[in-house]
Amino acid sequence: MSDNGFEPQIVGFLCRWCTYTGADLAGTSRIKYPPNVIPIKVMCSGRVDPSFVLKALADGADGVLISGCHPGDCHYSSGNYNALKRFHLLQSTLEQFGIEKERVKLTWVSASEGDLFASVVKDITATVSELGPLNWKSVASGVGEEKAS
Amino acid sequence: MSEKPKLALYWAASCGGCEIAVLDLSEKILDVANAFDIVFWPVAMDFKTKDVEAMEDKSIDVCLFNGAIRTSDNEYMAKLLRQKSKVLVAFGSCSYGGGIPALANLKTLRGIMERVYLESPSTVNPEKIFPKTHYQVPEGEIELPELYEDVRTLPQTVDVEYFVPGCAPNPDRIWDVVQAVVSGALPPAGSVVGAFEKTVCDECHFNKEEKKVKKFVRPHQVIPDTNRCLLEQGILCLGVATRGGCGAKCTNVNMPCRGCYGPAEGVADQGAKFLSAVASMVDSQDEAEIKEILKGVVDPVGTAYRFHLAASLLHKARSQEIAGEKALAAAKH
Repeated sequence: MSDNGFEPQIVGFLCRWCTYTGADLAGTSRIKYPPNVIPIKVMCSGRVDPSFVLKALADGADGVLISGCHPGDCHYSSGNYNALKRFHLLQSTLEQFGIEKERVKLTWVSASEGDLFASVVKDITATVSELGPLNWKSVASGVGEEKAS
Repeated sequence: MSEKPKLALYWAASCGGCEIAVLDLSEKILDVANAFDIVFWPVAMDFKTKDVEAMEDKSIDVCLFNGAIRTSDNEYMAKLLRQKSKVLVAFGSCSYGGGIPALANLKTLRGIMERVYLESPSTVNPEKIFPKTHYQVPEGEIELPELYEDVRTLPQTVDVEYFVPGCAPNPDRIWDVVQAVVSGALPPAGSVVGAFEKTVCDECHFNKEEKKVKKFVRPHQVIPDTNRCLLEQGILCLGVATRGGCGAKCTNVNMPCRGCYGPAEGVADQGAKFLSAVASMVDSQDEAEIKEILKGVVDPVGTAYRFHLAASLLHKARSQEIAGEKALAAAKH
């Protein structure tokens, strides 16, 4: 929650092996963190296609968190490196679309790092709160509506 | 009156290349003229808008509509031809995905107008005159169509039965479509016709091995190995993310695919798919080196969304964030 009262909606793509389990640990450890990240369990951060991120933003998310295993720890050996590479190209793509690149964040959180997960969520929630609503529907207003037949 | 099905062809925001592609049917164009009664084709025959307005609703059997929706006139004609046509086909990349005109969606309308009418080096306009939609002259009021804030596709404007991709569509595929219409063997409404389900790579003759790249290059910087996949040589070729059907004409002459046939079957966002593929090719696990290699992708949106920006998930760039936009707003009185 920010000073301006804006509650961002952030979609979190969390790797099933590390970050999702880390998020579970944060919960079972009763660590308090903002409720703004809506978690989606994926098999690997390497599964997160850039179009998932763009769709989330286009459909109303204010930010996106992608989080996987630490480099070297990927359950599938190199999926998180693919996430890392896609993330950097996605950042320059977002800038060209006029979207602040800070709205999308890539982090590494292991299954034992519940406290780190909580601080990652606090971090991105604060960043996106500061940036304000994205409200992409108003940018691409009316696309796909009011058709003549 | 003849019993032949009625065919209309129209162009909106387009270059005319789609019209040429129809003429590229060569002598088969005579078969088209035999099979159809052409009731509207402004580029080739003398018809006026009022002739279309006078037609009965749904009296045109097939309308091939090329060009994006950029102006109020484009929109009017799209809605009129929708009303008059049984089957409306989004013909060519501009109509289907926005095409080259939709790259304007990376800028604001005002930014484009100021660039064109004030800033471009060849422009002398000290009185800062901009085109107006209505202007009074001694003979009466004259009217120009309104230019819209963003470029839209035909299916974003009206309901469309079929999509024929391509900039321009391959004449062989146009002929397939003509034959399908004549024989009545059309697929279910909403299908892409005149293209394949697989990507351009399926038609491309280059040898394809493992895609690992240390450096991206632009086509003018290298003379490519003519036996090996261009993407593997670091040239940004969109074939991997583009629907086939074109006959891989570009890669046949050692030029990279630019993506005009749009996304492959079932893909929502061609650009994102391409950028995903390109990024995963980077042959490094070191973050600094990854960033350095990716600097070789100099214009991700302009490259990956060249023909399908309007139909992409984000559709356009956010205006207030565009470089110079804030400065322009401040400069405006």
